[in-house]
Amino acid sequence: MVVALHERGLFGWAEWAERLSAEVKRPEAAADGSDYYERWLAALERLLAEKGLAGHDEVDAVAAAWARAAHATPHGQPIVLENDPESAPSLSAATP
Amino acid sequence: MAARVRALETILTRKGLIDPEAIDVIVDTYETKVGPRNGARVVARAWSDPEFADWLKRDATAAIASLGYSGRQGEHMQAVFNTAETHNLVVCTLCSCYPWSVLGLPPVWYKAPPYRSRAVIDPRGVLQEFGLTLAANKKIRVWDSTAELRYLVVPQRPADTDGWSEDKLAELVTRDSMIGTALAREAA
Repeated sequence: MVVALHERGLFGWAEWAERLSAEVKRPEAAADGSDYYERWLAALERLLAEKGLAGHDEVDAVAAAWARAAHATPHGQPIVLENDPESAPSLSAATP
Repeated sequence: MAARVRALETILTRKGLIDPEAIDVIVDTYETKVGPRNGARVVARAWSDPEFADWLKRDATAAIASLGYSGRQGEHMQAVFNTAETHNLVVCTLCSCYPWSVLGLPPVWYKAPPYRSRAVIDPRGVLQEFGLTLAANKKIRVWDSTAELRYLVVPQRPADTDGWSEDKLAELVTRDSMIGTALAREAA
């Protein structure tokens, strides 16, 4: 995703490396680097929020929708966002 | 964490900033197509062709691109050649800058804080932990990668490989030998 966004010209690679470096250097980062992907995600979220491309609240909301969708999806079936009971258009349309 | 990654992908796709299919192509490229075999071909060519080796020394970005391997992030490449006197070791102290186009995705230890800090402070000790003990009089140069400049170590050509084809030579070139945490394999 980072590579794709960079290729769209949304940020420079040096800009990205700077954010990633700042995240992995934070005092709460695991000393053994086991949280590298969490740091990577945090760096991407910060960068996107600063660029106004995806705000923190927006990501929270859609992530919650994905989590609800995952719970609502029967085991063995692919999880799709439409399975979120709170955002399904048919349900919201039926609500008076 | 997975839900947040999916959320980002959903938001960016809705806004037309990314195309999930394009991402699949990128992932597939780095998982299955780009790997240290690319770098091994570069090294084997340098061992076989002095003119190419010279080009690689002067302008690694262009020499490597001539074999069809170029970076996606516009980064420059520098090739550092091991000699009888000097061994080269690559690290990224800031994060994990790595020459993806020739080595693929970095190994876990390359991204881990112990390697990133200790490769600079105590390179000889780190190499010993990798099972590589260098003569005390051998100099070690440590190269710190950045987003703009990535390094490829060209290991020394193993003895008793005169007349070998590039393909056969490339088999002696391991990923770690191109990071500098190992030497090329011995001729069997």
